[in-house]
Amino acid sequence: MSPTQPFINIRHAKKNYGDLEVLKDISLQVEKGQIVAIIGPSGSGKSTLLRAINDLDSLTEGEVWLEGMQVNKKLPTRQYEKHINKLRQEIGMVFQHFNLFPHLTVRENITLAPKMLKGLSNANANKLAQEQLERVGLGDRIDYYPSQLSGGQKQRVAIARALAMKPKVMLFDEATSSLDPELVEEVNLVMKQLAKENMTMIIVTHEMAFAQSVCDKVLFMDQGVVVEEGLPEIIFKTPQHERTKSFLANHLNGRF
Amino acid sequence: MGLDFNVVPEFLDLILIGAMWTIAITLVAGAISLGGGVLFAVIALYGHWLVRYPIKFFAWLFMGTPLLLQLFLIYFGLVQVGIDLPAFVAGVIGLGLHFAVYNSDIIQAGILAVDKGQTEGGRTLGLSQFQTIYKIIVPQALRNTLPPIGNNIIALLKDSALVSVIGVTELIHASQLAISETFRPFEFYITAAVCYYAINLALEAILRKIENNAQIAR
Ligand SMILES: Nc1ncnc2c1ncn2[C@@H]1O[C@H](COP(=O)(O)OP(=O)(O)OP(=O)(O)O)[C@@H](O)[C@H]1O
Ligand SMILES: [Mg+2]
Repeated sequence: MSPTQPFINIRHAKKNYGDLEVLKDISLQVEKGQIVAIIGPSGSGKSTLLRAINDLDSLTEGEVWLEGMQVNKKLPTRQYEKHINKLRQEIGMVFQHFNLFPHLTVRENITLAPKMLKGLSNANANKLAQEQLERVGLGDRIDYYPSQLSGGQKQRVAIARALAMKPKVMLFDEATSSLDPELVEEVNLVMKQLAKENMTMIIVTHEMAFAQSVCDKVLFMDQGVVVEEGLPEIIFKTPQHERTKSFLANHLNGRF
Repeated sequence: MGLDFNVVPEFLDLILIGAMWTIAITLVAGAISLGGGVLFAVIALYGHWLVRYPIKFFAWLFMGTPLLLQLFLIYFGLVQVGIDLPAFVAGVIGLGLHFAVYNSDIIQAGILAVDKGQTEGGRTLGLSQFQTIYKIIVPQALRNTLPPIGNNIIALLKDSALVSVIGVTELIHASQLAISETFRPFEFYITAAVCYYAINLALEAILRKIENNAQIAR
């Protein structure tokens, strides 16, 4: 990787669903250790952009690069599968609805991929699970099933599961949107902790206060374009575009 | 002449052996029906068309013809092309595949009902599609379809009686042997009925226990 290359580089991303243009030529650079928030109204394409980074949703056009490696490069199907499975190990993702595996314990949720993909022994995998759970404050829940946890705890387990793969970047898609208000803070605290540890993060969120307090850069999206991007204090305090202003005016309380 | 169950104890050994064979057929054919059901379901949903269509044709064949005919084909028919299977093996294969086709339908619906977030959760960690299917999707599909699959296994237990016609000494066949010596059909058929009922109760208890254990993990 040349020193001038951004850590994550999205170039001219376009995504169509039939006639619907969901992403219209979006470019985004993220540096190592940077924390980027993506905000915008519902349907503006935030999730689609985030999910393009690990090719969960494939772009119609454009390129996604991670550390000088093209994520969505054109390869024959079999080779591409190998390539993308390898890359996804380095890109952690956290979903609005957690997507924990309900038939597995917390321990098994966390150790499944490290054991299958990295060949970790039982002992090492267990140690890893314990470490990651302690990182999110759930060291005592290792043998619980997801159904026995609160929403906030589920989401923290989901974060621990992603962290157990030792990812280079973490993607969050409205990680707190489906949580009861009193459970939001415990997840935010974990994310703030990751920020302190210099984890590179891209965070789609409806929580403006949180975005303002942890992020280095904010992207405001509307109808498939980045309307405005910049430092949080500028985007939130002195937005330049009408659309940004009216969106923020509707979100004064910090939550959608 | 009235009912006289005093004739039964003398043949208890034979009846018990018959019950053992019935249980053995049910367990082995049940396992085949489950494994086959998963395999057919996964192929039907995810397989390359080159395997998907033959499997669909095979399923259609098994659904459209009587089990008895299938057993005859496997036991008597295959001999003609040089495949001479022992009666027990032919029986469990026929019975197992027959019910695998029915289980496959149920499991397919179960797979489709698993939230697509589960696949995304697996793929995002770097698991391949195959790894995601067999570690994440199929186990959940099976948990969610345990009651109807359990019903199929119980139906399979009852249909195991058909295997008597190719000469496996399961309960029905054992009873018939006893009857041919004593000319007491009522007593021995009732004894067989009681045995089926007992096996049925045990099977239901086991299935319920499995279901309860799976309850928390879903
Ligand atoms: N699989 C799909 N097929 C068709 N249209 C889709 C699909 N997925 C998303 N869209 C459309 O793409 C647009 C952008 O969706 P996206 O989920 O990226 O929005 P978002 O900004 O994340 O919204 P929200 O805040 O509600 O999560 C929406 O209009 C949506 O209806
Ligand atoms: Mg979204």
